[in-house]
Amino acid sequence: MAGLATSFGSGAMTNSIADINEAACVLAIGTNTTQAHPIIGMNLRSAVKKGKTKLIVANPLEIGLVRDAEIWLRHRAGTDVVLLMGLMKVIVDEGLADEKFIRERGENFDAFKDSLRHYPLDLVEKVTGVPGAKVVAAARLYATSHPAAILYTMGITQHTHGTDNVMAIANLAMLTGNIGKPGSGVNPLRGQNNVQGACDMGALPNVYSGYQSVADPRVKEKFETAWGAALNPTPGKTLTEIMPLAHEGKIKAIYLMGENPSLSDPDASHVREAMQRLDFFVVQDIFLSETARLADVVLPAASFAEKDGTFTNTERRVQRVRKAIEPVGDSRPDWWITCQIAKRMGAKGFDFESPAQIMAEIARLTPSYGGISFDRLEKESLQWPCPTPEHPGTAILHTELFSRGKGHFVALDYKPPAELPDAEYPLVLTTDRSLFHYHTGTMTRKVKGLNLFRKEELVAINPGDAAGLGIADGEMVRVVSRRGRVTAKARLTEASPPGTIAMTFHFAESPTNELTNPAFDPVAKTPELKVAAVRVEKAERAAVATG
Amino acid sequence: MSDITLTINGREVKANRGMTVLEAAQAADIYIPTLCHYPDLEPYGGCRLCLVEIEKMRGLPTACTTPAADGMVVTTGSAAIDSVRHASLELILTTHPCDCLECHRRHRCGPYDVCLRHVAVTDRCVTCPANEDCELQQVVDYVGVHKLRIPRDTRPREIDASNPFFTIDRNRCILCARCVRACQEITCIGTIDMSYRGYAMKVSTFGDLPLIETDCGSCGECMVRCPVGAMFPKDIIRPEREVRTVCTYCGVGCSMYLGVKDGKITGVRGVREGPVNHGRLCVKGRFGIAEFVNHPDRLTTPLIRKNGRFEEASWEEALDLVVARLGKYRGDEVAVISSAKSTNEDNYVMQKLARAVLGTNNVDHCARL
Ligand code: SF4
Ligand code: SF4
Ligand code: SF4
Ligand code: SF4
Ligand code: FES
Repeated sequence: MAGLATSFGSGAMTNSIADINEAACVLAIGTNTTQAHPIIGMNLRSAVKKGKTKLIVANPLEIGLVRDAEIWLRHRAGTDVVLLMGLMKVIVDEGLADEKFIRERGENFDAFKDSLRHYPLDLVEKVTGVPGAKVVAAARLYATSHPAAILYTMGITQHTHGTDNVMAIANLAMLTGNIGKPGSGVNPLRGQNNVQGACDMGALPNVYSGYQSVADPRVKEKFETAWGAALNPTPGKTLTEIMPLAHEGKIKAIYLMGENPSLSDPDASHVREAMQRLDFFVVQDIFLSETARLADVVLPAASFAEKDGTFTNTERRVQRVRKAIEPVGDSRPDWWITCQIAKRMGAKGFDFESPAQIMAEIARLTPSYGGISFDRLEKESLQWPCPTPEHPGTAILHTELFSRGKGHFVALDYKPPAELPDAEYPLVLTTDRSLFHYHTGTMTRKVKGLNLFRKEELVAINPGDAAGLGIADGEMVRVVSRRGRVTAKARLTEASPPGTIAMTFHFAESPTNELTNPAFDPVAKTPELKVAAVRVEKAERAAVATG
Repeated sequence: MSDITLTINGREVKANRGMTVLEAAQAADIYIPTLCHYPDLEPYGGCRLCLVEIEKMRGLPTACTTPAADGMVVTTGSAAIDSVRHASLELILTTHPCDCLECHRRHRCGPYDVCLRHVAVTDRCVTCPANEDCELQQVVDYVGVHKLRIPRDTRPREIDASNPFFTIDRNRCILCARCVRACQEITCIGTIDMSYRGYAMKVSTFGDLPLIETDCGSCGECMVRCPVGAMFPKDIIRPEREVRTVCTYCGVGCSMYLGVKDGKITGVRGVREGPVNHGRLCVKGRFGIAEFVNHPDRLTTPLIRKNGRFEEASWEEALDLVVARLGKYRGDEVAVISSAKSTNEDNYVMQKLARAVLGTNNVDHCARL
């Protein structure tokens, strides 16, 4: 979310879910909303159906929402910046920009405006594959509908230039004055249930809770006083850096809670090796995941149904999670286990008896959560920033000022994906999600009914490409990249454009992330899961060739 | 907010502009029987049970489709209403498989009881998943139907059990179209529709395919709106109590009730007041929770690797080992990976441990994946 922080000073969804229903136009770029965020997908569809909202979908894949869209921009995977800058050039050239908003609330506009000349319509058409007329129509529709909202997810961030993509989106919203009003905004839909909360809590290498920088001496002092410990002012490593360091033997021990990097991370076989090389590896989870199998010690955690706490959803809404049943067997809530380890290491400040007490400390040390307490959450849910106990919470960010003061327009260059198709690996692999499964499937794969809908990986491939390779629908194929090979069933579908295949990563049997590229965005450190160069071959032939 | 006043059964009632007569009556706690009405669906006017008399309006308008207006004078009970409503309900009952609805000793009859004239009571309310939670029963009780004047039509109708989570038993369907409207208005997918006319009318998919072979997303929004036992979950256990919480699957954060019985999760129900979902859930939230929480593969005890194999251990043993081994590393040589699936409190103590105890900022989670 580093891109949004550069432009606005805050990386969260600017508006609220309910707000989308008020948009006159929604641009959904790089989000398969009906699959990944089903209830938001329902809202979108019903707003379109009621004639309130016009939808523009920008996606290389023919996702479910395409059916509801006024305009579908089928750009090539990885060409988002060019598409967005192309839209903005049309808006500026046709005088559709919101001059007043730009004057009053933006900065660096002239440099940005100048950079638009690198994006003439014919170039946009050539690079993205979207006909110029469609780009013009979409630009007009977005710029002339007020208010207009932008939704995006991993399709935007999981690129080596993900930060640029996000800044381009922020530019577009500011250019049309679509910030700080109901039904407008820049709205990154966060995937996992508490990914927003994990970030808010400082489960990130560079910030404490509430995005307070570890490098800021005043922040450091505040936490040192509160925690009674000397703290390290140097930002740490991200997950995408931690694994290679573990592989090199520089990181020797890892304590991992509830994640499954051996399926979710790019170049997954390398990641598995890295974890095997650790001197000591503790995994805390509810199931013996593919990752937990590699651990020295496995600690059984209670599921969400067995503990109290809070989750923060994608619209910054903090809501109460309540214990419905006792932890199964001898499992324990994660916070309890972590506190036990800390206490047994002799640390002070881990004598929490309940999550409510932990939240009290969070509120004390985190300005944006300052007014949040379990007492209040008993009766309501609260959207941060919520600085004081009287504060009602904040549905829309940046209504008068951006968190950083003025909104920063960023001049952007197009950077192609780190890996482009070539003669040996002629196709682009992009990752997608299924409605019926969740992330690496550790939970959903346990549900028989969900497996009935989707029990295995399917390689979505364009019938034209399949014909060229002599592959029939339902046939086993092998997908090969520079990093690995994965076998799965082919599904012939026009939903994949020629030259692009799509796979999920829900299935341990077909670990898609053994193929993906760990090259990451230099700022956000998000890996390029959305573009990897691959080739597809018939599984039998490959077997013969290798055997 | 209340900006109009109407009179219902001689009582003055305040209502908001835009409400229907039915909504105005319900807001004032005045009962009008309904079957096809559902609060978050557009008015339909199909069952003709919510009939009322309104001064200066001809005939018997349906309360669920008539907008409330200032000064309106409404009566919800009269001989004329009773007679037409009775006839509407009888029509519904002629195709409903349940004779015991009209039986005066219905409430004393249990599953598999044998009554004198029939065999075992297996096709009755007592074995229906909707029993005691059925809007048709309530309406029959209110209207009081003791005898059908039209012959019963008991030709069997198709059951669609192809969906793994819920069944459509058309034998019990009263054609209220709530399911169809839910699929069209709430999910906006439109997988199911009312097709054919007259006797053959039924809820069906395009091309009459089994549900599993369609674009149905299996959200169950249709099922939860069915007033009778025609659409029902395959796993039905009535919970002893329900606990309000938030879905664990995606960032939308839907509010849900977890049903609990005998220390296990029985199922999930959407919370209508939920700020994000207003009662709606998707397939993962509605049907994908109980089975994984209750799953036999859940880890129930700490495990320690000894000679390459996991052995069960006590918490004492496991924690001591973690403290002894993890505690050896500080700063750059150690990392903590937290979780986007765990709570805020879990994440907070995790990063606190990394920073305050292990002296490292090497703490991250799967935010980028
Ligand atoms: S749907 Fe209602 S009336 Fe019909 S059999 Fe079931 S419980 Fe009885
Ligand atoms: S489950 Fe959902 S998608 Fe399927 S028919 Fe019912 S409402 Fe429609
Ligand atoms: S299945 Fe249920 S909701 Fe659908 S029409 Fe029949 S009775 Fe009504
Ligand atoms: S019910 Fe579905 S949409 Fe709602 S939070 Fe759960 S997974 Fe997300
Ligand atoms: S409830 Fe009014 S006609 Fe059915």
